[in-house]
Amino acid sequence: MKQRIHPLLVAFAVLVFFFLLGPLVIILGSAVSDTSYLTFPPQGLTLRWFSNIFEISAFVRTMKTSFLLAVGGTALSMAIGIPAAYALARFRFQLPAFLGNIYVLPILIPEIVLGFSLMKTVAIGADVPIMLALLLGHALIVLPYCVRVVGASLNSFDFSIEEAAVSLGCPRWKAFFTVVLPNVRAGIIAGFILAFITSLNDVSVSIFLTGPGVSTLPIQLLAHMEQFFDPTIASVSVLLMGVTVAVMAIVERTLGLTFLTK
Amino acid sequence: MTVSLSLDNVTAHYGSTKVLEDLSLHVGEGELVSLLGSSGCGKTTTLRLVAGFLEPTSGSIKLGERDLTRLPAHARNIGLVFQTYALFPHLTVRDNVAFGLKQRGVGAADRRKRADDMIERVGLGHLADRHPANLSGGQRQRVALARALVIEPPLLMFDEPLSNLDAKLRVDMRVEIRRLQQANGTTALYVTHDQEEAFSISDRVAIMNAGKIMQLDTPEVLYSRPANAFVADFVGFENMIPMRAISEAGDAVRAEMAGGATIDLPKEKFTVPAQDFILATRPEGLLVAAEGQGVPTKLGLRTYLGRAYQYQCDTPAGEIKANGPLSQPFESGSSAVLVPQPEQCCLLPTEAA
Repeated sequence: MKQRIHPLLVAFAVLVFFFLLGPLVIILGSAVSDTSYLTFPPQGLTLRWFSNIFEISAFVRTMKTSFLLAVGGTALSMAIGIPAAYALARFRFQLPAFLGNIYVLPILIPEIVLGFSLMKTVAIGADVPIMLALLLGHALIVLPYCVRVVGASLNSFDFSIEEAAVSLGCPRWKAFFTVVLPNVRAGIIAGFILAFITSLNDVSVSIFLTGPGVSTLPIQLLAHMEQFFDPTIASVSVLLMGVTVAVMAIVERTLGLTFLTK
Repeated sequence: MTVSLSLDNVTAHYGSTKVLEDLSLHVGEGELVSLLGSSGCGKTTTLRLVAGFLEPTSGSIKLGERDLTRLPAHARNIGLVFQTYALFPHLTVRDNVAFGLKQRGVGAADRRKRADDMIERVGLGHLADRHPANLSGGQRQRVALARALVIEPPLLMFDEPLSNLDAKLRVDMRVEIRRLQQANGTTALYVTHDQEEAFSISDRVAIMNAGKIMQLDTPEVLYSRPANAFVADFVGFENMIPMRAISEAGDAVRAEMAGGATIDLPKEKFTVPAQDFILATRPEGLLVAAEGQGVPTKLGLRTYLGRAYQYQCDTPAGEIKANGPLSQPFESGSSAVLVPQPEQCCLLPTEAA
């Protein structure tokens, strides 16, 4: 028996898909346009704007910075977030509920405000080097993803499994690595990806913390756009999207995407 | 190696709530003792204290000569079987079973051999390479059992191991547990809320309530000779008739119950514990008869039980359930006497409120 679907529902779904995918098509189109300005639909077809990215040293430099920050900031955030998520899940009946919400604050506070206060206290107040300030800032803004996503995995983890390991002679610290972590791997990978992407695309916090000689790719993109309105901007965007898709694809290949939703 | 387990005057708190009070318990070598009670009675707390997941506020826990009280959980060498099985989801059956051996530094080849032998013993030889997710509940619990047994622990502990299984499997598994425990002669502590389960496989059972052991004895004694009203109620003594001894009548004690009816209890068969006491029986402990030495009553609803008739009786002491012989059915509404059967009645002290 065929299930009947209302035509309006179909129309609405199609509309949503257009809305979601439309911008991607426009960016992709603009990136290959053989004009010296951003335009859509593309006129002509060229890949020179992609090679142009690597000829502008500021892009190459900030790209490295951005990747370094995304990996370093996420790693730092995980180092804090995993133990925090573990404690929140393991002792969820003993700990007050608001503790878990504290880790979401970086999402709730407007990023502009967060960026400003970080600049005021960390960059200016404590006179921390720019790169380190950026690293701390990025670790902070991705912390909610690490704690929440890893936490979701841990909340469905049966802690008697950990106790079983301990009863079989495995010390607690070792049980954490041999039994707990392998079983929340999905959450850690999902959290890492979300955090990595968030960090890679961040503008509002980074803009306050970048300084002379140190910038990130999205900030450089803004700076570039103020001076040149050429399709390089679109091609950098395509590249950023490409990285995101590539990361997703690797996960899909190695673990399966259902892994992320498990 | 068989050793005994001793808990001496153990008190435990959760925060400021006292959950165990001055509990002492001795499990002899090779003995299986069950802790039986409803949730919150302290049975699981007791098990977790012995396992080392909780620390007692005071008292000591000893396994043979070894003092466990302050020993970290991983150093206690106790085999634990959990209600949720708690298998390692990321490991195969074989690796699950070998886990404890690995912690003990057993070499890979020996580990594999011993794990496989144990998996064979619980009847899962063909499933050694599966992951727990691909096993049925009963199979999972067998793996959990094998995992706990393979380290040859001096003490085995079970925390409601069968409550996630269906009824048929529960009976098979408890026999299996008892068989393996006896074959190895391992001392065992078994926590359950299921009376039938506890009685069927235990050498002795401790019935617990509010952090205390109410009575610790063999299932046979608990079933027929409960020591107090709580245990009597727990094991199915449905009738609790408050009484008061008023006089001696020859070789019997005359007792009065609410409503003024009196009954003579022969001294050779009954020991009256105090002036105020409770006559506790199951329905089969009160025989419905046309006349005799007993509680006068008006018979209410009659139900057929197969081996007897059961009557809801409206007595001056309240609603009572009593059985009558199939050969002599009484009509609902008729008057009769409920005769206590000495070997099926207990006289218990009145609980201090």
